[in-house]
Amino acid sequence: MAEFLLEIFSEEIPARMQLSVRDDLKTIMENDLQAQSLSFSSIRSYVTPRRLVGVVEGLAETTKSTIEERRGPKVGAANVAIQGFLKSAGVSLDACEQREGYYYAHLQTKSRNTRDILPEIVQNIFRKMTWPKSMAWPLENGKRSQLWVRPVRSVLTVFDGQAVSFELPTLGLTTSNITYGHRFLAPAAIQVSSFDEYHTKLERGFVIIDHQVRQTQIWQGLKALVHQKNLELQTDESLLQEIAGLVEYPVPLLGQIDAQFMDLPPAVLSTAMRVHQKYFTVRTKEGRIAPYFGVIANIKGKDNNLQMLAGYERVLRARLSDAMFFYAVDVKTSLPMLSRRLETIIFQEKLGTLTQKVTRLKVLMLAQGTGKVGERAAELAKSDLLTTMVGEFPELQGVMGEIYARAEGEVSEVAAAIREHYQPQGPNDQCPSAPLSVALALADKMDTLVGFFAIGEEPTGSKDPYALRRAALGIIRLVRENNLADFSLEPLCHEAVNTYKAQGVAFVKHFQSEYVLNFINDRLKIALRAEGIRHDCVTAVLEGSKTTADAYKPWSIARRAKALQDFLETADGQALLAAFRRAYGILKDEQKKDGISYPGTQVNVQLFTGMQESNLYNHLQKILAERDPLLQAHHYTDLMAQLATLRPLVDAFFDLKVNDEDPMLRQNRLELLGMLIAQMALIADLSHVEG
Amino acid sequence: MVQRPKCFQQMILDLQQYWARWGCAILQPYDVEMGAGTFHPATMLRSLGSGTWNAAYVQPSRRPTDGRYGENPNRTQYYYQFQVIMKPGPQDCQQLYLDSLRYLGIDIENHDIRFVEDDWESPTLGAAGLGWEVWCDGMEISQFTYFQQVGGFECEVVPVEITYGLERVALNVQDVDNFFQLDWNGVDGCRKLTYRDISMRGEQEFSHYNFTKANTAVLLQHFKDAEQECMGLLSAHLALPAYDHCIKASHLFNLLDARGVMSVTERASYIGRVRNLAKKCCEIWLNNTEKKA
Repeated sequence: MAEFLLEIFSEEIPARMQLSVRDDLKTIMENDLQAQSLSFSSIRSYVTPRRLVGVVEGLAETTKSTIEERRGPKVGAANVAIQGFLKSAGVSLDACEQREGYYYAHLQTKSRNTRDILPEIVQNIFRKMTWPKSMAWPLENGKRSQLWVRPVRSVLTVFDGQAVSFELPTLGLTTSNITYGHRFLAPAAIQVSSFDEYHTKLERGFVIIDHQVRQTQIWQGLKALVHQKNLELQTDESLLQEIAGLVEYPVPLLGQIDAQFMDLPPAVLSTAMRVHQKYFTVRTKEGRIAPYFGVIANIKGKDNNLQMLAGYERVLRARLSDAMFFYAVDVKTSLPMLSRRLETIIFQEKLGTLTQKVTRLKVLMLAQGTGKVGERAAELAKSDLLTTMVGEFPELQGVMGEIYARAEGEVSEVAAAIREHYQPQGPNDQCPSAPLSVALALADKMDTLVGFFAIGEEPTGSKDPYALRRAALGIIRLVRENNLADFSLEPLCHEAVNTYKAQGVAFVKHFQSEYVLNFINDRLKIALRAEGIRHDCVTAVLEGSKTTADAYKPWSIARRAKALQDFLETADGQALLAAFRRAYGILKDEQKKDGISYPGTQVNVQLFTGMQESNLYNHLQKILAERDPLLQAHHYTDLMAQLATLRPLVDAFFDLKVNDEDPMLRQNRLELLGMLIAQMALIADLSHVEG
Repeated sequence: MVQRPKCFQQMILDLQQYWARWGCAILQPYDVEMGAGTFHPATMLRSLGSGTWNAAYVQPSRRPTDGRYGENPNRTQYYYQFQVIMKPGPQDCQQLYLDSLRYLGIDIENHDIRFVEDDWESPTLGAAGLGWEVWCDGMEISQFTYFQQVGGFECEVVPVEITYGLERVALNVQDVDNFFQLDWNGVDGCRKLTYRDISMRGEQEFSHYNFTKANTAVLLQHFKDAEQECMGLLSAHLALPAYDHCIKASHLFNLLDARGVMSVTERASYIGRVRNLAKKCCEIWLNNTEKKA
């Protein structure tokens, strides 16, 4: 058993690619070793800005020899066939076994030394690894290199304590047991013979190869500095991850923000620091932005990092001066003035400009009964896209709108709606609760969904360039988290369709507003499944309410599906299901036999022959009389409990012979079953329940 | 005694010397207004085709939208790039670059120098490359790019382009906060000149011009003229004169952009028109080069 260590040493790998490539390396190595019939006990991989590392432990020193049996032609077959077989198998006729009238060849793959296969394995990695973007660079011999993310400058291959040296012509390199430490702190060559030595020597050479360890060092180090000032570090997972991909040797530093900038809106401060400078925001215990920032250097200065820190503070001053400039420019023009220029921004080629979007939003707000403030919020919703600040920091869209709106004296709920209508942006984003914000957020998302579906740009497979799934989920969250129990998406969707039509947008031929509504229901299904609600229960509710006014009410569908799932776990629930299935089974069979359906609309009480029928009928009528108030009050469990009381009556009904010789009686009994099924299905179509 | 940090002009002289010693031809700035040193035919056109080419030069660059009336500490609408183009890019080009910073007097063991992903793409030039922006203590001081494509043509021999933002490097060398405080000529007393003395009036006057006074009707006409002239020269297979007019069109577009008179679609269409010119210039340049060979 041996150890194999591979290091691909290159110029700086983009931070955003590192983690996935680290994992890809592991997978590719695993697959390759298995394909070569090489056994191993474990593979680990590491990544830093300048190196991609794989280490295989417990690697066999030779491949397993294998024997494959291959059946040939029949004994006595034509000579051509036999010769062909022998040639393809590479054996002589003598070496073949005769069994049950056939020739069999035994093909042996000889065991090979792992060391001899390593060049193939390494070359395979260079062939198979894919990068989001890759490039060619000039080799020493003047040729273009193969494609890789950045120029590869050396490759280290150590097997069983020894260097394995071979050429990689497409990279113009020969592998060795040499690597290099930190670019500035330890640039000299380092020779290694094992992973342990590699790890230790690199650590001494100011390189921490483990991404996770670097992340921890960054976070702990910064936190300690911040706590010394009695302040708090703002959590920022994605920034932390990115920075760990920008340094081999993280050195946390705490810098100061000039007092003159502390009047900038907090969102501007923290965005300017984060986006351009990759600085962490520091807050006071009370949550306000503190005049400090956290930054990670990739080097320990000999001067106690003083020059570095001065540099970091200087560049922030310049950035924030720019932000002040933008702010000063922006406040010279009011949002209503800017909104007039929205026609210069295209929302989508076929869907027109943002002016058109705003016009549609106004209509949708009106339709939701939000009055004058609603119209105002719609009018100003997109204006900040024309401010210089949002031009510089697109992530501040909405945020700046709110700030400027407040400064201009817009009413508070309008200002808040400008920011909040973009929310919720993702599963972890906050969902607005102010009614005006909710209405505007619903309008904006519905407008976007309908628009893109109308021009045939719905998501396909994993492609969702306009984030329509996110918009749909946003709508669902807005309705559910605000308990809009009776909110149906249908009128809003139709209104959105009408506004596009009024603007003369050309729809694709097959467009129907149900596509959009069902797309949202599909997202609802997925969301509910993630919450642990059985998919068959959701389907039962969706199918059951399909033709009713409840078809597109996310809150009530979710509530009903949950009620159904809970109810099915009770004895009553099982009773309900049993009653339904018994009735449904017979009805389905008879309908199939007769080639017609019995919808339950023509029950004739005059044709009842006994108590069984009238009892069932009367009890059902009694329940139906109470159904609508219960549905309207969203008392689904009560309703289901009532339905469950039908069980004994259904059982009693089947004491009768449904298939009576008198066709009139038979038809009437089937109609009664049809009625039962149809009425039950309006609450949940139990034919979709599994198990 | 603490050594006086290098003045701005000395940095230029040093960079020229450093790259001349390595083997670059030291060229002079191109005499047509442009947004970046990449537009210089010594980079743009010479990146194409086979053979070697190594050159370095200062290129004053104009970015009308970056005007701040001289009020921002380090954003100006006219600034200086030092451009190095090496074809093929040498194996140790990152190290060569870092050594040039040392040569300028940047104490790189006490600064945080980082290569941060920044894939360069110029929609107007139909050019793209992969590389980094180089950070010094969080400030972008250079661009480092392996060209992959220029004018829509794949680079047969991959060049490396290094662009120093001279003012930003100087902030570090001289340890000051503000472009305008930079020591320009290293002299004290009555002959002392700062960046402010050289540039402030231009920043103020050109900011007014770029943002409010440029006559857009005239600019639009000039754009059309430049485009037409470029096309005419291209049909005469005169790559270099045609390319001059392509650069002119590009600068006129930048001025129109600063005036904020183009809608988004218009803007995209102007970019497309300049790219079209650039592509054709490259095509004629390549054809002519091949014919000569």
